[in-house]
Amino acid sequence: MSIFQITLIIAMIMLSICLLLTAIRFAIGPTLPDRVTAFDLFVANVIGIIVIYTELTHNEDFIDVAMILSLFGFLGSISFAYYIIRVTK
Amino acid sequence: MEREIDWVLIKDIISCIFILFGVCIMLIASIGLLRFPDFYIRMSAITKGATLGLGMILLGMGIYFNQPGVLLKVIAIMVFTSITAPVAAHVIGRAAVQNKIPFWEKTNLKEFQEYMAKEHLEQSVNHDKYTVEETTRQKDVDGAADIE
Repeated sequence: MSIFQITLIIAMIMLSICLLLTAIRFAIGPTLPDRVTAFDLFVANVIGIIVIYTELTHNEDFIDVAMILSLFGFLGSISFAYYIIRVTK
Repeated sequence: MEREIDWVLIKDIISCIFILFGVCIMLIASIGLLRFPDFYIRMSAITKGATLGLGMILLGMGIYFNQPGVLLKVIAIMVFTSITAPVAAHVIGRAAVQNKIPFWEKTNLKEFQEYMAKEHLEQSVNHDKYTVEETTRQKDVDGAADIE
């Protein structure tokens, strides 16, 4: 196991800690916009994990997954924001 | 003394440095999301931190693969993220202001309240401006509730 793989595994562990902290905020978030922003950071963390997994496996096809996921994260945030504007009261 | 330079190792080390830097920034953004006192401060923290951290991780991957096609996809993801993250944060922030999400008590709100009073924006809080009939009906309902 080379230094490069060890670095990638350390980065993946740190991103998993990020996912855990974001999930705590998603659980205790007092309002709905807090949860939407936590979901936004969730999507960014998952894109980072996919990128590091791409480097670990040398398989370039997963980059397309990251691209599609960034697009759907933006659409999710926007649609949740309009849902918040329209529904409350 | 001439030595063969190991370009692959140098490329790997540069990629590692970029990835660790980006992951540290994303960890800082997550801690900020957990620790900051207010919704608006949390949103600003994660918008900036996640954009920069994701850009650094993707740049590390582009340097590591060293191919034009992969680099093109990496640049596409970076441009898309850096365009859409501020837009999403702006829209969610507008929705939060319209729904009266509370500010932190130490936030300086003087200028914001002056702006709201000058532009008469308190009336436009909490209803959809594209459906005029529905809002007027809602105002009638509110007036009836006040009379009662």
